[in-house]
Amino acid sequence: MRKSIIAALLLAFGAASPAYANLNVFACEPEWAALATEIGGDKVSVYSATTGGQDPHQVQARPSLIAKARSADISVCTGAELEIGWLPAIVTQSANQKLRPGAPSAVEAASFINLLEVPSRLDRAEGDIHAAGNPHIQTNPANILSVAKPLAARFAELDPANAQTYAARLADFTMRWQAAMAKWQTQAAPLKGVSIAVEHQSWIYLENWLGLKRVIALEPKPGVPPSAGYLAQVVDTLQKTPAKMVIRAAYEDDRPSLFISDKAHIPSVTLPYTVGGTDGAKNLFSLYDDTINRLLAAAKG
Amino acid sequence: MFRVTHSVKIPICVLAAMTALSTGSSALAAPGDDLGAIRDAITNLRQEYEAKIKDLEDRLQKAQAEAEAAKASADSAQAAAQDAKTVAAAQPAAPEPQVQRTPTSNNAFNPGIAAVLNGFFVAASHDPTAARIPGFALGDSASGPERGFSLGESEVNLTANIDPFFLGWLNLSFGNDNSVSVEEAYIQTTGLGEGLTLRAGRMFSGIAYLNERHSHDWSFSDASLPYRAFLNGQYGDDGVQARWLAPTNIFLELGAEWFRGDSFPAGGAADHGMGTVTAFAHAGDDINDSSSWLAGLSYLHARSDKRDTGGDLFSGTNDIGIATVVYKWAPGGNPIVRNLVLSGEYFFGHENGVFNGIAVDYNHSGWYLQGVYQFMPRWSFGLRYAELETARVGAALMGSALDDLGRTPRAETALLEFDTSEFGRLRLQYSHDSSDVRPLDQVLFQYTVIYGPHPAHRY
Repeated sequence: MRKSIIAALLLAFGAASPAYANLNVFACEPEWAALATEIGGDKVSVYSATTGGQDPHQVQARPSLIAKARSADISVCTGAELEIGWLPAIVTQSANQKLRPGAPSAVEAASFINLLEVPSRLDRAEGDIHAAGNPHIQTNPANILSVAKPLAARFAELDPANAQTYAARLADFTMRWQAAMAKWQTQAAPLKGVSIAVEHQSWIYLENWLGLKRVIALEPKPGVPPSAGYLAQVVDTLQKTPAKMVIRAAYEDDRPSLFISDKAHIPSVTLPYTVGGTDGAKNLFSLYDDTINRLLAAAKG
Repeated sequence: MFRVTHSVKIPICVLAAMTALSTGSSALAAPGDDLGAIRDAITNLRQEYEAKIKDLEDRLQKAQAEAEAAKASADSAQAAAQDAKTVAAAQPAAPEPQVQRTPTSNNAFNPGIAAVLNGFFVAASHDPTAARIPGFALGDSASGPERGFSLGESEVNLTANIDPFFLGWLNLSFGNDNSVSVEEAYIQTTGLGEGLTLRAGRMFSGIAYLNERHSHDWSFSDASLPYRAFLNGQYGDDGVQARWLAPTNIFLELGAEWFRGDSFPAGGAADHGMGTVTAFAHAGDDINDSSSWLAGLSYLHARSDKRDTGGDLFSGTNDIGIATVVYKWAPGGNPIVRNLVLSGEYFFGHENGVFNGIAVDYNHSGWYLQGVYQFMPRWSFGLRYAELETARVGAALMGSALDDLGRTPRAETALLEFDTSEFGRLRLQYSHDSSDVRPLDQVLFQYTVIYGPHPAHRY
């Protein structure tokens, strides 16, 4: 009797996780969800905790996220403190040992990358800084590949029955990705040396990849919204050192960018930042297609 | 991070890293991802070396089978193969500390320490610490901060994993009268799995919505009328807790607690110090990308043995049921520019026993509804309305705390908040409380800051 009540309850609330997928993947950001799907195919069931329209720094630790974390076999997150404001609350409440920091099934993408902009001074007076370095690694496609390999290995470890599939899919993805990277490199050649202003300092990996030159950030300190006075200073700086465009991630408040765009007479460019950030960025490949197209359009104009 | 390239030095430093990890000290600080990456790197490299060695050996055999003239080159190939083998074999035995190692120190395992500071300035029509709610016997911390400048509660939290099975949490609270109290001190399981978490020690109960949160985490500067009247602001006690998160697509959490029964609404640690039990269920989900909800039902049963509330003694049982609804809205799931939090709770209480020598059996209830809207980054305002329904206990208890003086206690509160960052907050709050015959109007300025490890915000 009691069992049937529990079964009925579970049914009523929708028993979790489809049975056909071997691994339940909890991805913190859409780019890792997309990568997990590229490598896992139909052997994994992927849930993305955030959408392309959400700021991954600031997400409410909603009950739905806790429920999804409860049944996850593996998590794929950026790490480097990007999710520090919400993920620990979710992992603790989910009571899922597999996702605890340091567990082999809690994959931190940033740990496979040489992080840039590691702060020399750890002090909250410097704003919302990340001790390990700038966590916005997915803005350079080379980093996606650096994460793909260890992720495939981790999938194979957790689900040895499908190890061959993961290896084959990784090889296939690597080939397609390398071809795409060569194409992007050629396409983006005119962007080399182009000066930009950025809203939040999310683009260092993109800047390095394409040879963009960052003149200034619209935030006085990382994570600190700009005041009117600070934006006036930015306009001053841009008069002395002009930038070709001001870029922001799709999830960011557009007002600072639009203000600067208007005052400094430069185009404001909204970049997808991640999969789903713009209508054009439907998957990992079109994410960079769309990013480069938008940058090229602004650089021409 | 270790850069994995194909050179002979890499396995050495990888193995050194492995040794460093296995010998401890900084081991816990290194993410397990690194370990996996290292493991993968080693496997790859080993396979490569084995292939190379095999290749060399094959060539060697081939060379031996051939003419004498080839012998010299075969020997050198063998030597090369030997060398490669020796190098490969020697590596595990001689790990050189080529990777950076955190020096051993006696503070490497210090817990995460966070401090919360809180300050008030209160202007009030009369002394808020003497405020009563006629019709309710109140606990000792049901009233708000005193008039003028005062230091609110300051807190220090210490938390860390104890071992692979437990984490520890200690919260010391410093009152503005320089008293120190242990607000929470518990151990909690981390590795049970199956969604099960057990906790033991002193803790805030998981009932209701705000009860488990520390006061600095509340949306308003003070507790609402029902929390003050039914739970003495916030219910915490010594005991044990079990929570289970159901493996469902929507969030469903069940919990139960067993407490000593030494704090309001109980008192006197009845039943040999096992006087209070609770049970609660929380459910929640997303409605769409922008909205989500949480609902809960909680129940508390307490037995009191000469509970003393300002000289009034009560012995008997106390049952409280609480219904909770929370709704959050943030456009596109992005709360940073604009967001709205609506919440409401209904409390129902039943007391049965002897109050100041007179037999009592009565019901009372209360509710509040509040909304906080962040209208631009860092700025928000909020409104709260709270009301209580008293017990109407009758003539025998006229003049006691349970005498409601024919009133319906209610309070309206408004608040304006500015957050300097995730870690700092300034508040201006106005409230009009007409619980007592003389209404209490107060304006309250508050700062709250938290420093130490980055806090993770609960829903």
